[in-house]
Amino acid sequence: MLSEADIAALLLTLKVAGIATVLLLIFGTPIAWWLVRTPSRWKGVVNTLVALPLVLPPTVLGFYLLVLMGPNGAVGHLTVELGLGTLPFTFGGVIVASVLYSLPFVVQPLQTAFAAIGERPLEVAATLRAGPLDTFFSVVVPLARPGFMTATVLGFAHTVGEFGVVLMVGGNIPVKTRVVSVQIYNHVEAMEYGQAHWLAACLLAFSFVVLLLLYGLNPKQGRR
Amino acid sequence: MDNNLKVRFKISYPGFVLDVNLDVPGHGITALFGHSGSGKTTCLRAVAGLERAPGGYLKVKDEVWQDDSRGIFLPTHRRALGYVFQEASLFSHLSVRDNLNYGLKRSKAKAQGICFEQAVEWLDIAALLDRRPEHLSGGERQRIAIARALLSRPRLLLFDEPLAALDLKRKAEILPYLERLHDHLDIPMLYVSHSPDEVARLADHLVLLADGKVVATGPLQETLARIDLPATFADDAGVVIDAVIGEHDDNDYLSRLDFAGGAIYVSRQAQAVGCRLRCRIHARDVSLNLERSDSSSILNIIGARVIAVADTDNPANVLVRLDAAGTPLLARITRRSLHNLALEPGMMLWAQIKAVALFD
Repeated sequence: MLSEADIAALLLTLKVAGIATVLLLIFGTPIAWWLVRTPSRWKGVVNTLVALPLVLPPTVLGFYLLVLMGPNGAVGHLTVELGLGTLPFTFGGVIVASVLYSLPFVVQPLQTAFAAIGERPLEVAATLRAGPLDTFFSVVVPLARPGFMTATVLGFAHTVGEFGVVLMVGGNIPVKTRVVSVQIYNHVEAMEYGQAHWLAACLLAFSFVVLLLLYGLNPKQGRR
Repeated sequence: MDNNLKVRFKISYPGFVLDVNLDVPGHGITALFGHSGSGKTTCLRAVAGLERAPGGYLKVKDEVWQDDSRGIFLPTHRRALGYVFQEASLFSHLSVRDNLNYGLKRSKAKAQGICFEQAVEWLDIAALLDRRPEHLSGGERQRIAIARALLSRPRLLLFDEPLAALDLKRKAEILPYLERLHDHLDIPMLYVSHSPDEVARLADHLVLLADGKVVATGPLQETLARIDLPATFADDAGVVIDAVIGEHDDNDYLSRLDFAGGAIYVSRQAQAVGCRLRCRIHARDVSLNLERSDSSSILNIIGARVIAVADTDNPANVLVRLDAAGTPLLARITRRSLHNLALEPGMMLWAQIKAVALFD
């Protein structure tokens, strides 16, 4: 059965994934919109940066974050100046790492959904007196709803499943940074296969249900 | 107070320049007519602010919407206009009712205009209000798009070939609604079209565009009767006459239509005596006779004076411009007949009208 430490790891995982998903939507939406609309020549560079976590080994991303956010890194200096201390091996550090790691899983579905809307509904809204922000919330968001659902589910699920980045940036501190995937690793290291089975089954069931929701409850998306 | 629309745009694209300088009346329907690629839609989009015309100038009655020399450019959502797009443009995430309310909610409260119920009645869409756009026919969608544009309380209505995507039957279904707007609304409308039928039926003023330039502009009747224009209407050349029903003859099932230059008989019309009707007489349906012939089966014979003669696309034919006591007429005859009859400007003769197309 699940031990207290296992349950703490599960709760922490849900908390990290929940907060990261909210932040991903807040930051990912304007990035995706900008990438779809901009004529800027920086578009290619930003697109590439957003997609990098797809190809980089998580340990590489984690390593750079560790260096950047450490006491001698640029971000570390800034957070110390702001009185936040350094982020590695803290809950906040895990959140920052999770957001960066899962960014393409949120930005890319949104980008696809925004691009599919096309120019016409935006022009129609403008001729009906809707300003740009008004148009975004009254036309773009509802029309891109399937894209937002996909982005939310993928962002959440992908954050739940991360391992390497958390281990590099967060370490293995109970309740603070020890998420389910790390806890499973601990069990296996300690030859506690029974415990590992329980947790692994939890993650498996969770992933199955999430993907079932994604494909089952979102038939329009499934057909495309 | 200034009551006109002043439009001055110059937009350059690779291989195409739109260069227009127009003074459009601030009432009635002004048709922007031209073949595809003539720049009429680009011009309309520039009026709406959807297309940027650097250095342009646009004044709608007493409001300047664009004057780049003074750094004025109102974005589209600040312009009190209604725009009906060519193809379905309803928001698919909203019901018909919410589509209509979208513009209504955002129009300035103090702006005058028709109310929700009136728009619904005019366009006959009460039965559709709770439907979703995907469950509507093309004609129904366009009627709702028109009602939605009206409800945003525009000072200028823009139509970009609103019927072009519809089949003939649907077109015929929408035209009466557009005529109703024309009769009831005091808002100037710019109507882009490449269909001579639509233009002849709806417009009061005509702007002819070709290759991005204005070829002719003026009141519809006069402009249609100009024969100096390079074959704009080709086989559809003809005039439009606004007439009044003068009398019904129930023995022969005819109605007499009176207009400035005379009267013509058409088959019995349903409307009452005194009603206004617009009819169109194609140049190809008018033949010329030096003497009044009472032995002809043709019913409508009108005395007219020859004003001018011009060539057509087809070298065998010529176009004759006539004047029937102030009403212009066009006749298309063969070059041989022109010589046989020795037609010259100033001559009086009889125009035999074989067919009259009626718009009700």
